[in-house]
Amino acid sequence: MAEELLTIEHLTKQYGENVILDDVSLTVHKGEVIVVVGSSGCGKSTLLRCINALESIQGGEICLRGEKIEQEGKNITVLRQKIGMVFQCYELFPHLTVLNNILLAPVKVQKRREEEVKAEAFELLKRVGLEDKANSYPRQLSGGQKQRIAIVRALCMHPEILLFDEVTAALDPEMVREVLDVILELAEQGRTMIIVTHEMQFAKAVADRIIFIDDGKIIENSKPEQFFSHPETERAKQFLNMFEYKRK
Amino acid sequence: MPDLGIEVLLKGNNLMRLLAGLGVALKISLIAIGLSILLGILIGMLVNGKNPIIKGIYRVYLEFIRIMPQLVLLFLVYFGTTRAFGWDLSGETAAVFVFTLWGTAEMSDLVRGALISIPKHQYESSEALGLHRSQPYFYVIIPQTVRRLLPLSINLITRMIKTTSLILMIGVVEVLKVAQQIIEANRMSSPNAAFGIYLTVFLLYFIACWPISRLAAYLEKRWR
Repeated sequence: MAEELLTIEHLTKQYGENVILDDVSLTVHKGEVIVVVGSSGCGKSTLLRCINALESIQGGEICLRGEKIEQEGKNITVLRQKIGMVFQCYELFPHLTVLNNILLAPVKVQKRREEEVKAEAFELLKRVGLEDKANSYPRQLSGGQKQRIAIVRALCMHPEILLFDEVTAALDPEMVREVLDVILELAEQGRTMIIVTHEMQFAKAVADRIIFIDDGKIIENSKPEQFFSHPETERAKQFLNMFEYKRK
Repeated sequence: MPDLGIEVLLKGNNLMRLLAGLGVALKISLIAIGLSILLGILIGMLVNGKNPIIKGIYRVYLEFIRIMPQLVLLFLVYFGTTRAFGWDLSGETAAVFVFTLWGTAEMSDLVRGALISIPKHQYESSEALGLHRSQPYFYVIIPQTVRRLLPLSINLITRMIKTTSLILMIGVVEVLKVAQQIIEANRMSSPNAAFGIYLTVFLLYFIACWPISRLAAYLEKRWR
């Protein structure tokens, strides 16, 4: 088994009395692709936000290579650079060109040489088929293009793990494909990823492991073949049935 | 062609006097605008915090200034404070004071609105990229705020320049007052001077404000 990259132990997240994540434990190994599924509001997005310390946590701990991730921790900036995140709503910076969106963090935060990052950015843009958009502004791009740029922007930071939070949920159906293809390619390169998605076909294709969350708890943690053909819990069966369409 | 009384402009140094009057109006408005922008940004950022007392006081200040016509505010400060507190303010000082009070209220409200309009995920995605402390503000939030703010604040600036035409009511000799004096002085020799002189005043205000409003339109188009 590959080394443990990310460990989550007994994580609890509450908003006041409202428990969002309840005693969640999960270990992610290097090179693993984890897909998190579950109905809306079950806490899957919150899980990703906790991993990136965008949310405070009320119990348990999250560690990246043994280093504790805390919102107030002093090395949180360094840790966040190792954790790439792509959000549901296109969160490119609207006042910067595509290229400057990509360059901002590597140059200003990691203090890398602009020339070097630029070369890398163009290489990655070419891979996602958008090298001609380097000088466009986000408003000139389609949703699918924006998400591919957001992925490139995260990759340019050389993260050890990538988090995808329903990145295709806000896209028109015909743009979903181009984004998922990029993620699939990253999986093939052996990147460590945690993906939250509602695209079950995609989950089946890309995942090494499926995590099913219900009401803030992980209730299944299994191989995709097993999860989709023989889910262990009644709740997971119900959930999967929602994606089947049959005439009564 | 009817007599428009334009020739009065060329008598003596009437044109120069009008220009000097415009200078007074511009001086007062530019000082007030400078102060308003600085204080407005400061206060606009302050009221974006969570302190309910600051917010309460701010609310009262904003409503008070907005409801009050600028002329009443000028009278209150110029005449009112002399009687009540024995302050001996010059007309120009009173004007700068009132215009700063007004401009700051309007500007701070613009700043507050612009800051609120930046979506939360802009902060989050900059943090997720490892930007920290002042960096998200410096590279992401402030540039976007300024872009939203500039066209609106330029609109405010032209409004402030135009509204200086009220300060002749507290005895400041600005361009409109000079115009009245010229017309009065030439009542017998050129009874039609009112048209020509006021037309000139109109053109002077236009020349002062038009480039500013063009700049706003240009920036709006460029930044969208």
